[in-house]
Amino acid sequence: MDVDYHALLPELILAGTILLVLVVDVFLPERSKWFAMPLGLAGVVASLVAVTTLIGGGTRVSFGGTYVVDEYALLFKGFFLVTAIVVLAVSLRYFREGGFYQGEYYFLLLTSFLGCVMMPSSRDLLLLFIALELVSAPGFLMAAFRKGDVKSNEAGVKFFIIGVLSTAVMLFGMSLIYGVTGGETQLAEIASALADVPGDLQTLTYAAILFVVVGFAFKVSAFPFQFWAPDTYEGSPVPVAAFLAVASAVAGFAGLLQLMFVAFAAQHEFWVPIFAFLSVATMSVGNFVALRQTQIVRLLAYSGIAQSGYILMTFALVTDDAASNRTAFAAAVAYILIYGIMNLGAFAATVAVSRRHPALRIADFAGLRETAPVIAVGMAVFMISLAGVPPTGGFWGKLLIFQAAIERGGSLGPALAVVMLVNSVVSVFYYLLVPRQMFLREAADRSRLRVPALVTVVVAVAMVVIVAIFVLPNPVARLAEISSLVGLGP
Amino acid sequence: MTWENSAITIATLLPVVGAIVIALMPKSKERAIRGMGIVVSGAALAIAIAIAIGFDYGTDGLQFELDLDWIGAIGVRYHVGIDGISLPLYVLTFLLSFLCAIYTWRFVPDPGRTRGFLALMLLLETGMAGTFIAFDLILFFVFWELVLVPMYFLIAIWGSANREYASIKFFLYTLFGSIFMLLGFLAMYFQGPDPHTFDMIVLRDFGVAGGFTQTFQLIVFGAVALGFAVKVPMWPFHTWLPDAHTEAPTIGSVLLAGIMLKMGTYGFIRIAIPFLPYGAEQYAPWIGALAAIAIVYAALACLAQKDLKRLIAFSSVGHMGFVMLGIATLTEIGIQAAIFGMVAHGVITGMLFFCVGSIYDRYHTREIAKIGGGMLQTMPKLGGVFAFVAIASLGLPGLAGFWGEVMALLSSFSPNEVFLADQVGLFRLFMVMGGIGTVLTAGYFLWMLQRVNMGTLPDQWREAGLRDVIAVEWISWLPLLALILVLGIYPRLVFGVTDEAVGGLMRLLGS
Repeated sequence: MDVDYHALLPELILAGTILLVLVVDVFLPERSKWFAMPLGLAGVVASLVAVTTLIGGGTRVSFGGTYVVDEYALLFKGFFLVTAIVVLAVSLRYFREGGFYQGEYYFLLLTSFLGCVMMPSSRDLLLLFIALELVSAPGFLMAAFRKGDVKSNEAGVKFFIIGVLSTAVMLFGMSLIYGVTGGETQLAEIASALADVPGDLQTLTYAAILFVVVGFAFKVSAFPFQFWAPDTYEGSPVPVAAFLAVASAVAGFAGLLQLMFVAFAAQHEFWVPIFAFLSVATMSVGNFVALRQTQIVRLLAYSGIAQSGYILMTFALVTDDAASNRTAFAAAVAYILIYGIMNLGAFAATVAVSRRHPALRIADFAGLRETAPVIAVGMAVFMISLAGVPPTGGFWGKLLIFQAAIERGGSLGPALAVVMLVNSVVSVFYYLLVPRQMFLREAADRSRLRVPALVTVVVAVAMVVIVAIFVLPNPVARLAEISSLVGLGP
Repeated sequence: MTWENSAITIATLLPVVGAIVIALMPKSKERAIRGMGIVVSGAALAIAIAIAIGFDYGTDGLQFELDLDWIGAIGVRYHVGIDGISLPLYVLTFLLSFLCAIYTWRFVPDPGRTRGFLALMLLLETGMAGTFIAFDLILFFVFWELVLVPMYFLIAIWGSANREYASIKFFLYTLFGSIFMLLGFLAMYFQGPDPHTFDMIVLRDFGVAGGFTQTFQLIVFGAVALGFAVKVPMWPFHTWLPDAHTEAPTIGSVLLAGIMLKMGTYGFIRIAIPFLPYGAEQYAPWIGALAAIAIVYAALACLAQKDLKRLIAFSSVGHMGFVMLGIATLTEIGIQAAIFGMVAHGVITGMLFFCVGSIYDRYHTREIAKIGGGMLQTMPKLGGVFAFVAIASLGLPGLAGFWGEVMALLSSFSPNEVFLADQVGLFRLFMVMGGIGTVLTAGYFLWMLQRVNMGTLPDQWREAGLRDVIAVEWISWLPLLALILVLGIYPRLVFGVTDEAVGGLMRLLGS
């Protein structure tokens, strides 16, 4: 079995850092426990550098084709590592001042990110499963990190039970796949085995796919498996919520994309209607429930559910036509990345506000333009971007999905596009609630909000990136070109 | 990069640069901030005027054209240019924005925050100007949507009492319409010529040659027209307008009425009709009917208004009804009338909102009953200006409001012989409704003047120290007042510009 160690370098560095953080933490005195963060940060940056050395190096295959580093994988690895940097940056003050176990937190967080980084390379059911569990299992603990708070305990328990349940369902589905395909676990092999399944196994195959989809639907908080998300996000420490909403959800999508577009592509006529339903229901439930929210993390959670619905729509656009599939796939990837950036920014801004207002009601954003102008302008940009209105990158994200839907044609594509656009308009209402508080209301305490420098930097950079993507969307739109790497044909 | 291909880009993007500069200026330098607003919008206006001077009025093609790759992966290009249909609206955009910046030198609405106010106004300017020069559908859409955010904040922060409701209604309503428009654009992209393109010239040529199937045209015209109709706004999609106009600060109302509404009618002329001629033919009677209803409905609504600003806002619905009636006839005269009407309405109604803003500044109320009359006694100049503009707005011959309305009525007497031959009777009915509308319009404006200008001053205002028109107001108003007169006496100022382009459009449509 050949192993390309250069290709595995990012994962190796990250794994080394995780062990180092765990060990060093033991020897750190109580007031220096925060040092685990810069240590972890250094490891993540080193891992990111390792990723950049792999760019343009073609496709690297390890472990007999089960672990592949191609441009699709590198793109997501880069994204996850940048996300890790951001989450680490906004965690420092929060965990240092909150009296948490810092070393353990950074250890768990980095472990989760290791799972994320493995996900887009895993081209094997077992590896996908391991990566997914590596993302989730530390998450159960991190969600419950605010030990003194009942809500945090609820968050952890809920996330744990739902997570384990979904994993069990998924694993059952995977085992059926294993049986149906006569012992295949590699995605490409599954794809060719499923391309002609004997008639008497057809139903079993469908059941297997359904189980796997349901498992992932929990991970990406799709309706009707979305209910854990708002409670878990609300109870978790805010940086953990950011991690769950961005990294964990995107990891779920990174895995789902490979499964559906590669392994189960032959059965698309079976699962396209399922995704159409999931997508419409998820975006509608997310948006309409979000209208009634008064707490910012819950708002972001429902907004995240709605955004999941938009992304799921691209799965419902799959047909026999490779070209239109590529458009749909590229739209999904582009949207996921843009969504990650704007959502991270929104959570970073929330972290800034949480120092003065731990309850994080939307009303707590009142007068932020005066108390923290950079955060306020940034948050306004993120909200407008999530709503998909120019001049922000979110606009192109939505446009790409619309375009994919219209290109797919038939009656399903335009119909889904119409549902999505009605949802988009609805979503504007609640996204604008936040800028309304920040710019139209006055704060009760009009003194300057002291925001950690790292948080300000994160918000400012994310804001600039979102506006820059609006002006020069070419790099994001070009993602169509890498989509051939997941086996969509020429 | 030469002057020829970069001039309109510079003029269009200059305000954004100015907005960024203003946003970064220190808050304490209040004078410098306001000065910067005037300088930036003045410079942009100067370039726009230079473009108008360098413009060749003898052809119907695109000028000052620039066509660059923008988003290669999805075929979106940065294609801008200007022709006789765009030019009057383009220059008007810069003129009104400049005058608004001057007005802001003296009047910044509560709660102050001049930096944000001017920065948003300049961002708005870019969005509006860009809409008139974009020749790529996605670029058009981007500029179109770019006005939403700044206008939302202008209304929401600097508006009057009911501003939050009005601003969110404005945002959601226009967004709802425009997203259907976007779907229409995408559909045209995929059904259009091979290779797919968003280029408006290519799609226009494809469309007028009958490239889109009839069923497709019927569906897509509906989607696209919905977006434009909300913006115009056509009855019954107008309900956002009275709220937005009434609650917006003076500058917001001026730009909203003066330019933003024209984006909708411009879209009909530029995109909906030439791209989808069969759809236009089929929808024209319906559009005409809605326009005629709008004229009468708005006039009746105006008669019932108690709030001066709301009255002016409803009068916009009626005036845009005349513009839409002209467009619905699908004739050269009708479209000429529409463009003239757009410019005239921009100048006149923009000026009316300036007047109302200044009246509010004096009285701190907009309720006609509270103002109570006698404005000509205390403030003869303001009263005189207000009367002059109101009379121009009701369409008195010799002033700017006349030509657009009379020609729209004229064109509906004989709508397009090729497309609408069997609808002549219907359009004559619309003409009669329009005629009734003009009478009612004269009625409500004169009644308004009677209640505001005439009569004796109520006692409560005697000691209020009402101050007549001040220097800054004169500076920002005189160009508009002059234009009202000049356009009335010499309408060729607009027709001379639009002649070739509209003629070219009609030739393309084959009539």
